[in-house]
Amino acid sequence: MKKPFETIVTEHGDTVLRVCRAVVGRHDADDAWAETFLAALRAYPALSEEANVEAWLVTIAHRKSIDIVRSQRRRALTVDEVPDRPTESATGVGERRDLWDAVWALPLKQRQAVAYHYLAGLPYADVASVVGGSADAARRAAADGVGTLRTSYANPLSTGGTR
Amino acid sequence: MSDVTETGSGRIESALRALTSEYSGGLERLHDRLERDAQRGALIDVAYTILDSPVGPLLLAATEAGLVRVAFESEGHDRVLESLAATLSPRILRSPPRLAVATRELDEYFGGYRRAFELSLDYALSHGFRQTVQRQLSNIGYGTTVSYKELAETVGNPKAVRAVGSACATNPLPIVVPCHRVLRSDGGLGGYLGGLAAKTTLLNLERAT
Repeated sequence: MKKPFETIVTEHGDTVLRVCRAVVGRHDADDAWAETFLAALRAYPALSEEANVEAWLVTIAHRKSIDIVRSQRRRALTVDEVPDRPTESATGVGERRDLWDAVWALPLKQRQAVAYHYLAGLPYADVASVVGGSADAARRAAADGVGTLRTSYANPLSTGGTR
Repeated sequence: MSDVTETGSGRIESALRALTSEYSGGLERLHDRLERDAQRGALIDVAYTILDSPVGPLLLAATEAGLVRVAFESEGHDRVLESLAATLSPRILRSPPRLAVATRELDEYFGGYRRAFELSLDYALSHGFRQTVQRQLSNIGYGTTVSYKELAETVGNPKAVRAVGSACATNPLPIVVPCHRVLRSDGGLGGYLGGLAAKTTLLNLERAT
């Protein structure tokens, strides 16, 4: 039996917000979340009862995020004072904020793979069906992302060497 | 090193899983925005809210047409919402603004200064004879009672006392549609969806005002 949509928002709202924040960044996360759930509400009656709701929501969030990332790039091209990425956070800021910024500094494909696998908890097969390509490719993108985070976040004082 | 990545048990992996949206109150604000956007897009088939009342928390649910369900806590609000999802639409959202009139009129009723409800009702959850009976209930005046037998006679089916009883028992809009004003011929309370204590509370309220 299909749950009331409110239950879907309650159960998955926070996960979708974390995914949005990782992929589009802090400033546009609200927009990505709002557009995701509005589109999900519209499509919900047609969703199959056996569907994996979380993977379905991540798929919608993925599409909405791509639109937002595109417009971020357009903004960055036309208004050159707006930096493409936030500057590195200063030391002394909370550890978690540092990790968010480190994730945000990853290339888009790695950010997506890391967000969908580690933040949303989707297995790589599901990540692959969200982003396209094979499960192995999704696994590699996430591993590359984690590898970068290991140097940029776990060892912020290292000069970028891989150890 | 690649082992750590594959099993996802490394320090970075754990830290990623532990990331929080760091956003106290953020989801509530986003929910408000979703309500507004969805209302504008006519995407809320059923809006609901919970109202605190002298007979316990009441679930109030409305379609675009009007109030469609009032439910006592004893019915299980989650179960009622699931059943609305199955019978009406799964596009159900907690959205108090649509229930503003219902909330106000019920507050006035419980405060003792409203004797009749004027809000629009949606009888989508009842059919046939039951709906006929339930529509008739609104003609029973504030502070008065009738018996199941008299009600059966009023709807032109004097032998259908049991059917009238089950129409009252399945009233989707209790309090607003006053099935609590129907008693047994011997003066006994009869049954009540919200429990006999709730029925007594409502009858006493109406008697006192």
